[in-house]
Amino acid sequence: MRLELSVNGSIHVVEVEPRMSLLDCLRERLLLTGAHAGCEHGVCGACTVLLDGVPVRSCLMFAVQADGCAITTIEGIAPGPGELSLIQDAFCETHAMQCGYCTPAMILTAHALLAGNPAPTRAEIVEAISANICRCTGYAQIIEAVALAADRMRGLNQPAART
Amino acid sequence: MSNTAKAFRFISTDRRVREDRRFVVGKGRFAADVALPDTRHVALVACPHPAARILSIHTSEALAMPGVRYVLGGRELAAATQPLLAGLDTPKVMRRPLAVDVARYAGEWVAAVVADTRAIAEDAAERVQVDYAPLPFVLDGEAAFAPESPAVHADHGSNVLLDRTFTWGEVERDFAQSPHHLSLRVKWGRSSTVPVETFAVLASWDPWREILDVFASVQMPRFPDQVALALKLPGSSVRVHNDVDVGGSYGVKRGIKHAVLVGYLTRRLGFPVRLVEDRLENMRGGDGHGPERNFDVEVAFDERGVIRSMKLRALDNVGAYAGRSPFQLGKPIGAIVGPYRINSVEYRAIAVTSNKTVQEAVRAFGQSPTNYAIERAVEEVARHRGLDRLEVRRRNLISAEEFPYRIPSGTTYDSGDYHAVIDKVLARADYADLIAERDRLRGDGLLAGIGMAACLEPSGANSTFEPLLNPKNETTTYVESCRIHVDVSGAVTTTIHTLSSGQGHETLVASAIGEVLEIDPDRIRVVRPDSLASLPSQSPVGSRMAIMLGGAAFHAAQKLKERLIAIAAHDLKIPAEQAVYHGGDVFDRSRPQIGRSWAEVVTIAHRHFHRLPPATEPGLAFTHVLQVPTGGSLPTADGRVQMYPCFAFEFHLILLAIDPDLGKAEIKRYLVGHDCGTVINPKIVRGMTLGGIAHGIGASLYEEFAYNADGQLLAQSFMVYLLPSAHEIPPVEIVHHVTPSPHTVFGQKGSGESGYLGAPGAIASAVNDALAPLGLVVNSLPIKIAQLGDMIAAARSKATPGERI
Amino acid sequence: MKPAPFKYARPASLDAACAMLAQGDDARLIAGGQTLVPLMAMRLARPKRLIDIGRLAELAFVRREDDAVAIGATTKQCVLEHDPLVRSQVPLLAKAMPFVGHAPIRARGTFGGSLANADPAAEIALVAVTLGATIVYRDGSELIAVSAAEFFTGPMTTVLPPSACLTCARFPVWREARLGVGFHEINARRSDFAFASAAAQIALDEDGTCARLALGIGAITPVPRRLDALGEMLKGKRMEEKRLRAAIAAALADIDPLSDLHASADYRRRAAATLLFRAITDAYQTAQPHARHAS
Repeated sequence: MRLELSVNGSIHVVEVEPRMSLLDCLRERLLLTGAHAGCEHGVCGACTVLLDGVPVRSCLMFAVQADGCAITTIEGIAPGPGELSLIQDAFCETHAMQCGYCTPAMILTAHALLAGNPAPTRAEIVEAISANICRCTGYAQIIEAVALAADRMRGLNQPAART
Repeated sequence: MSNTAKAFRFISTDRRVREDRRFVVGKGRFAADVALPDTRHVALVACPHPAARILSIHTSEALAMPGVRYVLGGRELAAATQPLLAGLDTPKVMRRPLAVDVARYAGEWVAAVVADTRAIAEDAAERVQVDYAPLPFVLDGEAAFAPESPAVHADHGSNVLLDRTFTWGEVERDFAQSPHHLSLRVKWGRSSTVPVETFAVLASWDPWREILDVFASVQMPRFPDQVALALKLPGSSVRVHNDVDVGGSYGVKRGIKHAVLVGYLTRRLGFPVRLVEDRLENMRGGDGHGPERNFDVEVAFDERGVIRSMKLRALDNVGAYAGRSPFQLGKPIGAIVGPYRINSVEYRAIAVTSNKTVQEAVRAFGQSPTNYAIERAVEEVARHRGLDRLEVRRRNLISAEEFPYRIPSGTTYDSGDYHAVIDKVLARADYADLIAERDRLRGDGLLAGIGMAACLEPSGANSTFEPLLNPKNETTTYVESCRIHVDVSGAVTTTIHTLSSGQGHETLVASAIGEVLEIDPDRIRVVRPDSLASLPSQSPVGSRMAIMLGGAAFHAAQKLKERLIAIAAHDLKIPAEQAVYHGGDVFDRSRPQIGRSWAEVVTIAHRHFHRLPPATEPGLAFTHVLQVPTGGSLPTADGRVQMYPCFAFEFHLILLAIDPDLGKAEIKRYLVGHDCGTVINPKIVRGMTLGGIAHGIGASLYEEFAYNADGQLLAQSFMVYLLPSAHEIPPVEIVHHVTPSPHTVFGQKGSGESGYLGAPGAIASAVNDALAPLGLVVNSLPIKIAQLGDMIAAARSKATPGERI
Repeated sequence: MKPAPFKYARPASLDAACAMLAQGDDARLIAGGQTLVPLMAMRLARPKRLIDIGRLAELAFVRREDDAVAIGATTKQCVLEHDPLVRSQVPLLAKAMPFVGHAPIRARGTFGGSLANADPAAEIALVAVTLGATIVYRDGSELIAVSAAEFFTGPMTTVLPPSACLTCARFPVWREARLGVGFHEINARRSDFAFASAAAQIALDEDGTCARLALGIGAITPVPRRLDALGEMLKGKRMEEKRLRAAIAAALADIDPLSDLHASADYRRRAAATLLFRAITDAYQTAQPHARHAS
């Protein structure tokens, strides 16, 4: 079947079998390998992408179901070559990862959370990332990264004299 | 060499981990991300029975499907390859990637289908017809140990792979002379580290160069040469790409059978072949399960709870085959008394086969279950004597003045101050307050308990458990290597000769070299050459890389620094002792305004041969292959040997509450004191400890590879095997202490297993403290909600009416 | 874990979807796919055709219909979490929604999908049975309404014929002024399938006695169970601990709880009692104009 997927702002036309998951389509057809397969049954969250701004498990969608939807993957987050978004930088500051496998999913989840909630409590951060399994970090440094990013985002556009 | 008083320039500073940059933008290069043209894909056909004779495999239907390239059976593969290496001397226990004639566990791979896509391969795998004749099977470890149990490997004659008893010291005398004894059995349930990335391997054979390229998500010593051995290739025909990022391993990503399988297929079929385990294949047939162990512990102690002697019988159910896994009974010998001053030990190590999935190396290689058993015994001693558990520990712990301390099994602990760490944790916790909080929770009707565990992290690694448990194996070499090169432009590049899985080795090595050369670590490029271009490495196991890679990098950098000084001194016409190295430049001590800059020395080295000291090689390339400190000897006749060189220490303190009606436990407070000597990178070490605690919480409360009576693994997916999410991990406060190691270049010890080593013991301790008012004790892990609920309900129903529990 | 091959269609209307279903040949509906796709990935479900109704706007609604709130089958679970009509008129459903899986699951999963999947531990099913909702489905051109209690016939089984499409469910709206709700479940981890759950909706009279009570237990028996007898026992009475516990024990005496890897039957029976007590207590306390501690 022929599909039009909008990914990171660009339209891609692909030809897929109906059974191809959105995850496999992104990885194999579009060579966007930042979304990862961890379980393929919707539990670990490593496959998370944003669908119209909302985190979803791309292993639980067939690519054909995403026809016409706006998808954001980790590859669409950095502002430019060699640059990091504020959230990506916060993840580096707190070392919110080790092996990096769950990291794109965590960052996308953080982006979606902070887009709707600029001052999340620790409990809200935990709730947001609870859908993503990390086996390396024990989560604390990830929670700290999201809180740090939230702090910094709130600090943007403040007049310098305020601080 | 240790640097206690010295302030470091870069070591121990709060630097970012450079690897993080590629991961946050999704540019990690995991094995499944590597693409080669014409790659075909593998799906496995698995045996549904726990034991069965394979009568025939019918492949014609599968082969007729469009896009299917090949179906490989066990016999063909066995004819073309060597069996996979076992650690023990058990030649009749043969392990191969695909079962040959007999399948020995439900989920064992029996055939491999190769097709144009993974989906087609799965379609075809369903069409492969295998005729089986089921055989008797055994699942339980103790049952497998009994002589009348069905032998998983008929030719081996029994299920016993290892049954060896060590006696270190005057055990019988110490028992006879001790006024008190007690014994208990504790059980460590089968769980594993279960990384989010499954094992993935892509192999491509170039028949003209005769090189097998392997891109694999692997963490394994001797991986390239074991692949070569199995495939009957010279070692120099296997090229393992070390620049593949591994999505978590914590020991289990050995993948040797996967790699041999695709290695054979690519040579046979003439195109690259890829196997990415799906989660079902991984859980059941990936051979990544962890220890499943019964400990029978007997201790002899006095009225003050001081333990004089211990007898420990450890029986481990390793599953249907064994590679290195029985050695997980051997490594803990190097810390068999934990952090305690126990005078004599008898240790019986038993490894048995059963018709379960195969066990692999799990984080700390058997030390965590052993620590759990030791801590349970210590707590039982305290209970027996009616003494405070903390006090009993204090009385038994080796004290700071006693280091270096030699334990009965022959290992010397390098350094430590266990009492200081405990004091720090108690102070941070405000221990009296913690007790008061526990009592408040009890007053609210909860079952509340304080848990603690004191334990060691043997680090640096050494495979002396190999000759210890298999006298035919005389391996005493355990090394790591580093190469440094300064190019003609003055840029520094260094190499790591293994894959890593998130431990921040690039950052580690750059920090170590930057420290020696007094230049910013960010200037140092770190690359990972493939295995053909690599120096010897034993891979990141046994909590060794800070010590070994750090050490190798240090020494290579020292060699470079000495050469820079020698070149500059010669050019300045001064003796080398008169030259001072500072920040990359070299000065004349007596005329400090006179010197040679980094750039000048580099130019001389590369381009001005006429200015080099005599008999000096041009260029600036140095290597160091570091043997493990304190290593290099074989065990004595009575089984004593120095195991690992360095010993980190941790003390966990937990406040936990159990809902008595539902049996659900919640950790209210978690503190851990951690002493891993000099910390090279605080962010990395913190991550290791927190991640290790999360693993420990999982193993204690959530994770189990449970089987039913028919030999079927019940936990085949993440719906049943429960990995802790952010909800299940409480905030953890880490308290640091530093007792440097005398054996390492910066005083560093390992930390890769921290947290996991003590969390299970501490959680068990907290649960038992919470249950103590009911007269209940739990001596097995994991501790499940419903099981706890049932225990509590039974105890309460025995109480007389009106009695408050 | 790739599914077996299938054909895919996305009909533009419910009529078209029903016509496709009527053709038979092993077709299944997909909406959110959060339960169907894992089954297909594990090849436990192998439909030859998938009919995607996920985007049918005509089935995505939350609206008042007489004295009920009607929720369309393809309404996303995340919509129900925040919908003001649900919050005010079906508070028990609003209370239960955060317990349904994780946010990314609720972002795609649908109301009707959960009902049709009929997991014994499903929160939406428990609320539907507890409140006596009516479930409507279309088979061919016929619309059939059944009570929630009749809809679920066993674990993962409902009365839905293979040719049917669930269209909506109607929850009766309680008119009483003082309404309170309680929902409790026990699971290994937050967001896992529960091994026992309890739901309570209570309406109080002026004098604080119980005017009306809807109670249900889930994950304990093969289908969610409404406890009418218990509701009757407590009607007209003040909430008092001993009476409540005794009534709960009596109501649970004849149930036959499931026993499995997660929990024994005994555990489920005890957990049912505990969770019911807590749910009823919560419902009672939140129904008070000023919350008082339970006596």
